Amino acid sequence: MAFELPKLPYAYDALEPHIDTRTMEIHHSKHHAGYTNNLNAAIAGTDIEEQSIENILANISKQAVAVRNNGGGFFNHDLFWQVMSPKGGGKPSGSLLAAIEKDFGSFDSFKEEFSKAAATRFGSGWAWLVKQSNGKLVVSSTPNQDNPLMDLAEVKGTPILGLDVWEHAYYLKFQNKRPDYISEFWNVINWEEVAKRFQD
Amino acid sequence: MIHELPELPYALNELEPSISQKTLEFHYGKHHQAYVTNLNNLIKGTAFEKAGLEEIVRHSEGGIFNNGAQVYNHTFYFMALSPNGGGEPKGALANAITETFGSFAAFKEEFSKAGATLFGSGWVWLVADSHNKLRIMKKNNAGNPITDGMTPILTMDVWEHAYYLDTQNARPKYIENFWNLVNWKVIEERYDEL
Repeated sequence: MAFELPKLPYAYDALEPHIDTRTMEIHHSKHHAGYTNNLNAAIAGTDIEEQSIENILANISKQAVAVRNNGGGFFNHDLFWQVMSPKGGGKPSGSLLAAIEKDFGSFDSFKEEFSKAAATRFGSGWAWLVKQSNGKLVVSSTPNQDNPLMDLAEVKGTPILGLDVWEHAYYLKFQNKRPDYISEFWNVINWEEVAKRFQD
Repeated sequence: MIHELPELPYALNELEPSISQKTLEFHYGKHHQAYVTNLNNLIKGTAFEKAGLEEIVRHSEGGIFNNGAQVYNHTFYFMALSPNGGGEPKGALANAITETFGSFAAFKEEFSKAGATLFGSGWVWLVADSHNKLRIMKKNNAGNPITDGMTPILTMDVWEHAYYLDTQNARPKYIENFWNLVNWKVIEERYDEL
């Protein structure tokens, strides 16, 4: 079973003016498609070919580096597209908001900690909101295309929100100003989707 | 010591069309400058306050290493580009390349492949080991081969900020253009100083 490039749940221009059309188009149709194709090539004919992406990532330390890089890239971008929406922004509500307030003190201090993790990740990588196995929420960041589902991640758990801070995610619009991109991200977060992932 | 952004031996529009003026305005004027500024701020009151750049690269870690090595790497990169670059090296360096890689074309292919396959952000290096033997190395993020006991001779930046405005996801196109700009005179001098 080969993995397929997931369709975006909205049009390439739907996240304007926060994330521009050209960035979305190249990010999805070139970068994400590249990870998908390279993942399929890396697992073709191996004993993990039929496994789910989650299973592959959970045992990634046993796999070739091409599976780690492209499997991570495949999963991470899929999550990224889904936790954004043209109708996003604002704050979460209900049990997710309660959990954030419990574990970070307030929504604002969570926002600050997550933004800082994204801004200070040196080189390419991701910032995450992670639900750990004991239910506690933490912020983490990973290099390159690693993620918290990987058995080799420093902070393990279920990622429920992720922000891509590879330069390709923002360079056409923001160039060296990564913090401006991070500020814009808060306007497009799909909190309903994040809450769904929190409850699962 | 106070570290400074070096003056470039060419105008920012002179590497066109291989590297655009806009890319250089950000790459040199913003990224390189920010590493210099951050380094000067970070070393204040530390053991590295009076250290030279190479000593910082050799002995520091964390933020001082990241910014110090990025100052070193970018200076090493920019100083070896030229609007009149390209072609092939001559003399002792040319002989050493042929001896190690078989031919200049084979070296170029191996170096380009290292650049295309470095995952994430980083640098590709042509270095000399302690016996002056040449080799190609890939280093992630701010990585610099001095920390491996190697002497750097040539480097290519493959952080996305080095090419994304010009060639976007097509890193191999940037790598192809890079060869039009390499100032082999500078690289030959570095090799002759070994």
